[in-house]
Amino acid sequence: MADPVFIAVAVLTVGTAIIALEARELVYGAVALAISMLGIAGFFLLLDAPFVAMFQIAVYVGAVAVLVIFTVMLVRTQALFTTKEDRKRKGAGIALMLIIMASLGTLLLASGLNGQVGNFGGPSLVNFNQIGELMLTYYAPALIILGLTLAGAVIAALSLARREDLEQTT
Amino acid sequence: MSELIDFLIVSLVLVAIGIYGLVVKRNAIRMLFSIEIIANAANLVLVAFSRGLPNAQGQTFALFSIAIAAAEVAVGLGLIIVAYRLYKEIDVAEFRSMRG
Repeated sequence: MADPVFIAVAVLTVGTAIIALEARELVYGAVALAISMLGIAGFFLLLDAPFVAMFQIAVYVGAVAVLVIFTVMLVRTQALFTTKEDRKRKGAGIALMLIIMASLGTLLLASGLNGQVGNFGGPSLVNFNQIGELMLTYYAPALIILGLTLAGAVIAALSLARREDLEQTT
Repeated sequence: MSELIDFLIVSLVLVAIGIYGLVVKRNAIRMLFSIEIIANAANLVLVAFSRGLPNAQGQTFALFSIAIAAAEVAVGLGLIIVAYRLYKEIDVAEFRSMRG
């Protein structure tokens, strides 16, 4: 039986994920998404991965959520309310969701992953010294490429959002 | 203590919610939310297996994945702002000029 903390975090994460998609106002959806990401960080803490949890909070709750909220505020509010989804489409989406959950869920429960797996439940054998060592030795090229990707993404986002018509007048 | 299967089931539910959002929603920002939810579910599975094996590579890969997702959000929101400027709309069904 799962412990109550796990159940609380699971309900928080899944519930706010649903709210993020179904909230009438997009700003509330963005806040709910941030809370959902916070719930995922809680899961990381439950999995004895505090470093990943801090990274998750810094990147998702700190950067991504703020970025999304700013974008939502930049987009005209009237455009946010045009929900033209029809009933049929929504029903089909919910049916697809349930089919995926049922099929993959039965697959998971029937697999060998159900029950005691590896070191799960024992003392944590992964600490952030190992992560740091992996990042700076084996994954060092990946880390450099990641930095370049991030820089490229930031420059791309800036050049996408640039307004040439305003620049020419000044 | 919860088992690996509990984390996998939560992750599965999150993926299913994300796919539902991608299928049903036509608001571009909401579709970005769905992609974020799916990416986070994938990170959760990575860290859960990293805890169970035990192997630090899962957590390292999750860190890379989070950083890439942040870059993706920046570019995605930039694209949404450009699309909004062009069409005065963020409904993906209204972005007609890219249709074949």
